[in-house]
Amino acid sequence: MGRYVASTAAEQQEMLKAAGYASFDELFAGIPEHVRLHQGLRIPEGLSEMEALARMEELAEKNTVFRHIFRGAGAYAHYIPAAVKSITSKEEFLTAYTPYQAEISQGVLQSIFEFQTMVCDLTGLDAANASVYDGATAAAEATAMCQERKRHTVLVSATTNPEVLKVIQTYCFGSNTPFQVIPAAGGVTDSDALREALCEETACFYVQQPNYYGILEDYQSLSDAVHEKGAKFIMGSNPIALAAIKSPSEYGADVAVGEGQPLGMPLAFGGPYLGFMAASASMTRKLPGRIVGQTTDHDGNRAFVLTLQAREQHIRREKASSNICSNQALCALTAGVYLSVMGKEGLKEAALQCTAKAHYLQKALEEIGFSLRYRQPFFHEFVTTCPTDSSALMAALEKEGFLGGLPLENGEILWCTTEKNTKQEMDALVSICKEVCGK
Amino acid sequence: MTYPENLKYVKSHEWVKEEGDTVLIGITDYAQDALGDLVFVNLPEPGDEVTAGEPFADVESVKAVSDVFSPVTGIVKEINEELLDSPELINQAPYDAWFVRVEQITDEEDYMDAAAYEAFAKEEAEG
Amino acid sequence: MKLIFERSMPGRGCSILPPCDVPAADLTGFEREKELHLPEISENDISRHYTELAKQTHGVNDGFYPLGSCTMKYNPKVNEAAAAFPGFTGIHPLQPASTVQGCLEVLKQAEELLCEITGMDGMTFQPAAGAHGEFTGLLLIKAWHQSRGDSKRTKIIVPDSAHGTNPASAAMAGFTIVNIPSSPDGCVDLEALRKAVGEDTAGLMLTNPNTVGLFDKNITEITRIVHEAGGLCYYDGANLNAVMGIARPGDMGFDVMHLNLHKTFSTPHGGGGPGSGPCGCREFLIPFLPGPRITDENGQLSLHSPETSIGCVKEFYGNFLVVVKALTYILMLGKEGIPEAASNAVLNANYMMHGLSDLYDMAFEETCMHEFVMCLEKLKHETGASALDVAKTLLDYGIHPPTMYFPLIVHEALMIEPTETESRETLDEAIAVFREVYARARKDGEALHQSPSTTPIGRPDEVTAARKPVIRYQF
Repeated sequence: MGRYVASTAAEQQEMLKAAGYASFDELFAGIPEHVRLHQGLRIPEGLSEMEALARMEELAEKNTVFRHIFRGAGAYAHYIPAAVKSITSKEEFLTAYTPYQAEISQGVLQSIFEFQTMVCDLTGLDAANASVYDGATAAAEATAMCQERKRHTVLVSATTNPEVLKVIQTYCFGSNTPFQVIPAAGGVTDSDALREALCEETACFYVQQPNYYGILEDYQSLSDAVHEKGAKFIMGSNPIALAAIKSPSEYGADVAVGEGQPLGMPLAFGGPYLGFMAASASMTRKLPGRIVGQTTDHDGNRAFVLTLQAREQHIRREKASSNICSNQALCALTAGVYLSVMGKEGLKEAALQCTAKAHYLQKALEEIGFSLRYRQPFFHEFVTTCPTDSSALMAALEKEGFLGGLPLENGEILWCTTEKNTKQEMDALVSICKEVCGK
Repeated sequence: MTYPENLKYVKSHEWVKEEGDTVLIGITDYAQDALGDLVFVNLPEPGDEVTAGEPFADVESVKAVSDVFSPVTGIVKEINEELLDSPELINQAPYDAWFVRVEQITDEEDYMDAAAYEAFAKEEAEG
Repeated sequence: MKLIFERSMPGRGCSILPPCDVPAADLTGFEREKELHLPEISENDISRHYTELAKQTHGVNDGFYPLGSCTMKYNPKVNEAAAAFPGFTGIHPLQPASTVQGCLEVLKQAEELLCEITGMDGMTFQPAAGAHGEFTGLLLIKAWHQSRGDSKRTKIIVPDSAHGTNPASAAMAGFTIVNIPSSPDGCVDLEALRKAVGEDTAGLMLTNPNTVGLFDKNITEITRIVHEAGGLCYYDGANLNAVMGIARPGDMGFDVMHLNLHKTFSTPHGGGGPGSGPCGCREFLIPFLPGPRITDENGQLSLHSPETSIGCVKEFYGNFLVVVKALTYILMLGKEGIPEAASNAVLNANYMMHGLSDLYDMAFEETCMHEFVMCLEKLKHETGASALDVAKTLLDYGIHPPTMYFPLIVHEALMIEPTETESRETLDEAIAVFREVYARARKDGEALHQSPSTTPIGRPDEVTAARKPVIRYQF
């Protein structure tokens, strides 16, 4: 029997008696008979730990773990330093609740304060929150932050990751917010279409850096166009890329968000990941969710607390700017440890290697007939045509332990490299591709 | 606890000071004391309409948020921006810390004078 | 204690990556100019830094954690072991379906088991937390009314005892909120509910057992009233730990609900997340569920999104590894273990309430479910010691305080949820501590204002923190 109840059956009877009850039935007398589940649950009997773990291992083994991954599209296979898992597995961090009781939660509070600082550092902005669920919900929350009394419409570039775009759209469906996708031209946001769409009712415009196709767009001109019309400019940035490329603040972004998964979180079939959010100082109070602040205790010691809480749902209820309660604190800790271990130089090196490898692979693929779809500057992802049926190519790669790029709907392929992909591995990938295309 | 004679009061614990054809609105000493240390205030924008008996602003303490009700119907002419950076002024000098100046007044709540409000506040404190 | 940035020394660091084996790429025109300030520290110093932080963090493993409404039960280690299998951690979310059959089976099994436990017909694991599940469920309600052309249903009824997330989620889903008062017994006031429902009612959100720890005896009458008015009923699963395997939301008449896997199903809270807030619903709402659904063709599982879906509330399939942990837990408990957990959660709460009720005033005297609420108003009035003072004093005894000042309908509330995984000795010790704190309050209530005195810091100045926010380190 698998269970974690501490007391024995005999002890339970004693406790019942001590509390004044003859039986468990009496304890549940407050539940009306007609809603009681008399026949019991129709689920299997409990297992021992050994059996349960074996069952889960069996499920895990039904999945294919690819040794060589060239797929990104929102989830990235970066190297995770050994210290990350070791530190974030500490039971104190793992099993604590939200740090409402500051006196016994300084550790987790300080780790969040450090995380907020790192997010500000990477994005170049002034204020960050303690995290939200993922990059997509961060983007959706960012569009909600930019709502003003006379400005409601949310504009999103078509070059956004479709997962993110769908989430923003769903949130807008909820809040009855007008939502419009700005079309792409040549793999980047159509800036004429953007200028045409911008008006007095525009709340904000969201664009990704790099975009879904891996491209680095002309963010300055997009930013200028948005600000000219008095709307807010939101960037969804890859946090590793930010070590090498211009930060959102350098482009004048009002809000910067992103998917924090690259910062030490495994692929894990899509989650848990990490949404990070940063904003300019004037928008601090519009950030959703938890924010940790620094103060002192009555002896003057530095102390950290959850602050600006009166913005939040547990106090402001239906007038709160967001309903978020639980966030992704342990993932924020993971990112904090990752960024500390990689350090200032290490993160930049990872970023430079990601893009160097993508350019190497792109050239090698070009030589065998996979032409670059968009002649635009890119970071660590790029789209190519595929000289053969992309699903046949993927199947051939799969056989050799390669997860190829993501086949897009039109037969094109979205490739991705990280610092983990070696030259040898890329050469092997290219030679399989060549072989398949040659047939 | 002070109750200046030159002001008018309403039951939701706001004070009104008439200046020409405009009024200044703030919260009373009794209100600031009951709310505790205030950490933030949300104010309307100039040009906004306010309605007698309806909330027009809110004040935050560390663990609570409370609406501030307008004693008059009219248009916000001016807001006290100093409060946005220094909400503690409301605790320190509630009758100097006006929230808004309202003009074009078309309606107002039933006012109490200082003595009547003092009695009302004392009764509420005991109740 | 030092911040990680204060330990940084130029030139230090860890050796993680090999040299680049391909030529550098040209980033001209895009290069970052703003200086980065990430720490430069040796691995040893990083490791010690976080060990020190861990020492200043109180988790379930550090001691009794009776935080009401949060279900801080023990987090079994086998859950972590299961979630660490490379066959789960190393899977890209956009792999071909044929290569992720195990992951899909995890989601399918978890859905089937949780549907049976709740009496629902379908479930999505996209929501990452309880509030996210609420938002999702409310969108289902909205989409359903819209699909019937019933556009006037714009109001969600929420009792005044509800968690703050309920009205906040309803507002995010575009509804206006109708708050109804609770009756003196802490349950839904049927008359108030009858008055509140009407042609504009989209639905009702309810926690049952409710936030004062009582099972609403009128539950089927409540859901009937809402249904007859044309609304749907949303069940907030925050308190399911009291009734799992004993009674099911579906049988109570609820149409849509969320669970908190990080409460009821033993996955850890991680200092505030990640959680998982799956949203379950009855058959007629399944077409609106967000994210891809799993279909089974001759044992081959695949994903597809129904056209009527509300869209997506999160990337991919939600916090997948959290679902892995919860599934492991459910497999271990099984059909007897689930109700046994609930029974003992309720037993432990009543045992503790019984051990305190001669001293502390209970907000409601009758048998509680998995948690109970104490009202310290009288104690505060007579001694000056508030619920906050009592809670802070508990810190000096190594006990995490109960939930304070919630629900809002009880003044000076302390809400205690011991959970089923605490032993009788732990409960007895906690009872003794609560009694001692009570005695101290009676003796010198004002003295408790200084508590705690043995923690790493004393009470922090939260007023200054909020007035002049310092929310990042300045380099």
